[in-house]
Amino acid sequence: MSNLVASAAGRVADRGPHIPPRTSPVDQIYVEERAAALGKRSIKKATKVAGLKLAVRMMDLTTLEGKDTPGKVRSLCAKALRPLEHDASVGPVGAVCVYPNMVPVAVDCLRGSGVHVASVATAFPSGLSPLPIKLDDVRRAVGFGADEIDMVIDRGAMLSGEYAKVYDEIVQTKEACGQAHLKVILETGELGSYDVVRHASDIAMAAGADFIKTSTGKVTPAATPPVTLVMLEAIRDHYYATGKRIGMKPAGGIRTAKQALHYLVLVKETLGDAWLTPELFRFGASTLLNDVLMQLEKERTQAYQGADYFSKE
Amino acid sequence: MSAKKKAADAAIVPVNGASAPARARVQKAYKNYVGGAFVRSESGRYFQVKDVAGDEPGLVENIALSSRKDGRDAVKAAHAAGAGWAGKTAYNRGQILYRLGEVMEARRAELASEIERGLGLARQEARDEVATSVDRVISFAGWADKYQSLLASSNPVAGPHFNFSVPEPMGVVAIVAPRRPSLLGLVSAILPVIVSGNTCVVLASEDDPRTAVTFCECLATSDLPGGVVNVLTGKVKEVAPHLARHMEVLALDLWLDDAELLKELETLAVATVKRVKKHAVAGIDFGDERLAGLASLTPFLETKTFWHPMGM
Repeated sequence: MSNLVASAAGRVADRGPHIPPRTSPVDQIYVEERAAALGKRSIKKATKVAGLKLAVRMMDLTTLEGKDTPGKVRSLCAKALRPLEHDASVGPVGAVCVYPNMVPVAVDCLRGSGVHVASVATAFPSGLSPLPIKLDDVRRAVGFGADEIDMVIDRGAMLSGEYAKVYDEIVQTKEACGQAHLKVILETGELGSYDVVRHASDIAMAAGADFIKTSTGKVTPAATPPVTLVMLEAIRDHYYATGKRIGMKPAGGIRTAKQALHYLVLVKETLGDAWLTPELFRFGASTLLNDVLMQLEKERTQAYQGADYFSKE
Repeated sequence: MSAKKKAADAAIVPVNGASAPARARVQKAYKNYVGGAFVRSESGRYFQVKDVAGDEPGLVENIALSSRKDGRDAVKAAHAAGAGWAGKTAYNRGQILYRLGEVMEARRAELASEIERGLGLARQEARDEVATSVDRVISFAGWADKYQSLLASSNPVAGPHFNFSVPEPMGVVAIVAPRRPSLLGLVSAILPVIVSGNTCVVLASEDDPRTAVTFCECLATSDLPGGVVNVLTGKVKEVAPHLARHMEVLALDLWLDDAELLKELETLAVATVKRVKKHAVAGIDFGDERLAGLASLTPFLETKTFWHPMGM
């Protein structure tokens, strides 16, 4: 029986052998306390500079607005390639993340630079369109030249227990991606509890996600340290079970250099140094880069910086 | 009343308080005023100030010893408050500052007591200073919707343009308040900066920081939006250089006689071409009403000039 048929048949069939079962409940107090405790480290001077430079290389510089124009995407790409004009040791960023129609512009600007072009697809941000349309969305984005696809799961299906539907959509999206990397957005702000976040993470990884990602950035709360910790622990357990390294991308609400360093500590303490690379960890962010640049300049000049001195991308 | 009851009352309230247990005084924690909230120094440090006069000479109280990062936080708060404060109508800013005067009027005794115990002024002298300070606030409140007409101009130009100039606030101003007088000096430094829509970070008098904090309690209850005035206590020498270096601070207002520190701050201000206004405090008569004149506002205004085509 195909997974889709199983889905239509109802919840019992949704717990098929290929769908990861719900693991034991996440300990909310532990997760929140530990995530908060890991944010209290004092990271200064050279360590801070190294952490911030790593954060820049891990950044998916993002613009996902209805008012995006080719001009805006081009200036974003210029910033992605050389975030700080006078210091080539900063950047380039990991990827530029745009809507499908902007992919050709970004591909054109970033050709040969090693900076990836990520595109949201699958009826982002709600994901509430028929599957064929979502898959077509993905194929077209890949056809335009995107080498990373950020898909959204169907949260309604996840919450109503149609796990097979969620799973199958990811499998088919992965297929539609071809060579492109697939990041699966869980939209944790809409999932309601850490237990569901954990379950969705397990399903996404089992279905073939290369990355799991917290949020679209269109819903609050978006990425939070505890939610990220839950997902990182899911990645760790998946690695122990299968030997496969899945990437992590917190996105939305990460605006300050201090927050970025907090996330790096979470990764380091949960998954270790192997994950401290742009291949396995990314920040989805639009305003974070400038704050990181301001902090780097603060370390260089010892003067607190002003936002007016940095380009708005 | 029965004899028994009387005896019971006597036991509770001893006559003349002779054998009364000493009441534990509830002391106020004097904190910084940043973003509309009273906060301790992020450094956790404090220093002590002593009453030199008043009811309990020798009384020691703790007060925040601000750090570089407190300065940074204050600038952040001031910057965030800027658009909202400058965006209010001039008339509204005037109303809010007038209300500051009202609130201070009601707390005259408290402010006078702070000055008295902090600097050892005679009681009447302290009261007079508070009264003059309240009057000065009212004077500046009056300026809020009037200085524009006096400073704006329509300019003759050789071309078919209507050309006019208007004064606009600059942004975040860092103020080193005069050591003395601790209230009148503070008011005379802060009000001309904020009346036009600037926001400020103020380093309070080192000699009498408590008066500044109590003044902040007036600010906090006067409808002045949080972040417009941010006051830090501590050592001016420690924090001021970081404000002078800060790229979001657009002007320095230095009520300071320390030539060495002045030189350092002016030098640091060069990197961002900050405007620096110096006041030789020793020679200033703070009671002089001319301190509330139009000239006190202009150092913290920018002039914007428009060229508008005529006949279109």
